[in-house]
Amino acid sequence: MTAAIRENATDRSNTGATQLPRVLSPTGAPMDLLAHLKVHGDTPYRGGPRMLIHTIESAGLTGRGGAAFPTHRKLTAVADQKGIPVVVGNGAEGEPASDKDKLLLWSSPHLVLDGLQLAAEAVGARRVHLYVHRHPELLQRLRSALAERATAGLDRIAVGLVAAPPRFLAGEETALASRVEGGSALPRFAPPRIFERGVDGAPTLVQNVETLAQIALISRYGPAWFRAIGTEQEPGSMLTTLRPADGGGGVAETAIGTPITELLRLAEHPARAVLVGGYHGAWLTPEQAGHLTLSNADLRPFGAAVGAGVLVALPTDRCGIVESARVVRYLALESAGQCGPCLNGLPRIAATFSALANRQFARSALEDLQRWSTLVERRGACHHPDGTVRFLRSALNVFSDEVTLHAAGRCSAGTTAPFLPIPTATPSYEEDWS
Amino acid sequence: MDERLRVNPILCSGHGLCAELFPEQITLDEWGYPILSDEPVPRGLSKLARRAVTDCPALALALVRHG
Amino acid sequence: MTTGTALWYASRATGVVCLVLFSVVAILGIMVNRQGRLPGLPRFVVTGLHRNLSLLTVAFLGMHIVTAIADGYVHIPLLSTIVPFTSGYERFWIGLGTVAVDLMVAVIVTSLLRDRLAPAVWRSVHWLSYVSYPVAVVHSMGASKDLQSGWLLALTMTSVFAVATAIGYRVNDAFASVPRSHRVPQQLVRADRTGSLR
Repeated sequence: MTAAIRENATDRSNTGATQLPRVLSPTGAPMDLLAHLKVHGDTPYRGGPRMLIHTIESAGLTGRGGAAFPTHRKLTAVADQKGIPVVVGNGAEGEPASDKDKLLLWSSPHLVLDGLQLAAEAVGARRVHLYVHRHPELLQRLRSALAERATAGLDRIAVGLVAAPPRFLAGEETALASRVEGGSALPRFAPPRIFERGVDGAPTLVQNVETLAQIALISRYGPAWFRAIGTEQEPGSMLTTLRPADGGGGVAETAIGTPITELLRLAEHPARAVLVGGYHGAWLTPEQAGHLTLSNADLRPFGAAVGAGVLVALPTDRCGIVESARVVRYLALESAGQCGPCLNGLPRIAATFSALANRQFARSALEDLQRWSTLVERRGACHHPDGTVRFLRSALNVFSDEVTLHAAGRCSAGTTAPFLPIPTATPSYEEDWS
Repeated sequence: MDERLRVNPILCSGHGLCAELFPEQITLDEWGYPILSDEPVPRGLSKLARRAVTDCPALALALVRHG
Repeated sequence: MTTGTALWYASRATGVVCLVLFSVVAILGIMVNRQGRLPGLPRFVVTGLHRNLSLLTVAFLGMHIVTAIADGYVHIPLLSTIVPFTSGYERFWIGLGTVAVDLMVAVIVTSLLRDRLAPAVWRSVHWLSYVSYPVAVVHSMGASKDLQSGWLLALTMTSVFAVATAIGYRVNDAFASVPRSHRVPQQLVRADRTGSLR
């Protein structure tokens, strides 16, 4: 586990309220229950539903799963429903370029588990699940953590651990609900939305594991502490998965609003382009990345978003089109195949884009890609086609010079060795949606 | 209070009846799947819209109220 | 010819018509499901015919039942039109007819209300038509000696054979079809090979 994920040890002293790390372990070593209790104390239950929600609102916490939705509004929406809610912590992390949820669960499971209990109390839930990427060591670690808490009598509601299949869409909220119910992790058509009717028809609160960890901290140290770092509109810290152009990096906890060039050390390791947000995110040019910070306020005008905190710097010797085409092919294979437009459109887009990457340029290729992109957008049950199209369009935009080169049968890459992480194993479909 | 068409893309298997019955607001894409208009259903065409909803073999089409 | 005999003939005649209509409706239903078309005609015609002919079948079914009850020659109580196996006359074969009708009523009623029901509910009740049909066939052959020989037997066998062929075709399609989540890789491989799937 630890070989694949390296922590970026910027500051481990945690001597002041504003210091990092916050959700990650202050010593760098994973925290067992004893260590957790020593640093953070007991789970600060409020004693009744809804009490925590106001605190979360003052803190201004937004979801750390990618959508950045105001957490207090989600809590309120679920608490307002008739029927007894279910809470699910989302640690599926289907994004191949992201490792932060797995690391968080490994490093600070008790913060996440505290957050689960506190969120459950806040919405009046009686069932709690933790949905985790199907990684045997990680699952084992979580089982141990849950056992420790059971012995100490910390959890008021027993937590059901559910394994998520290693699919890109496994963390999509309706796919999550379907899997937690015992079915396959395939997206479902909403309405009704998950907060109204989710797992077994109950109002369901789905919260990313990092958001839960932040809830656990805010409930102890308060909104003012939370707001001590970050920006006014987007306060707090966030976990990022960094991949600078030298191939190093790893998961780091950083204040929102940190300059991207600092995070990716662009001055030392110049990049051809920067990918922000993951495979449903967008590319930035080095100039843009050079002066933007990791915040939605800065990124949105450039068609990008913070997302789940993935930042990748493409080395100058790689071809952006070749790398992007590999991603688009992966995304097409990860379609659930349930909706006509996605099932038909994504493979065609992927094949045409791959041909372009291989310098086999059909005259109508760009036109076809445009047309198919418009045809698949917002016509699926989930946002997979939308995210894929966003990524594709930003690639064609940022790498437009490369497109011209490829059309002429050339490529400016120094090497075609893959840089962006794409899972190579072809899933066996029979078992791998469950 | 107006009505709009909505399709469940998972149930839809591209029969294409809806586009035949209600071409004013439904066309088919190059793969045979329906593209719905965002506009509300005009009052006079409400009956046609309802027929398209009832006749869909997959029960994938619905009329929803907005506003 | 007495009224009784006329009713008796009417009952058997409408019964035969029902069976033939039911067979056509079943084949059309399978065509709708497989997105088949009648050459040159819009798609909604297949669906429309399936529905309208099924309603016509219900009409003939009504006549078939009414004439059978009204005919005083044999005693079939009103109750046995709904509750199976309560008829004095030919309890078993008439009873099967009642079963077929009960199932068909469920199918027809849910279909008339189909835009108000959850798709899964409508679909699961509609599957009962695959039970109703063979039960109706067995009822027809058992309850009436006419169908057991001559041209009526030939007619029955042809209808059944046609429906069986349609069902066979549908079952074969079901086995050959790839689950949706597996289709994407197939599409991608095809798209890769041909450069672009058109």
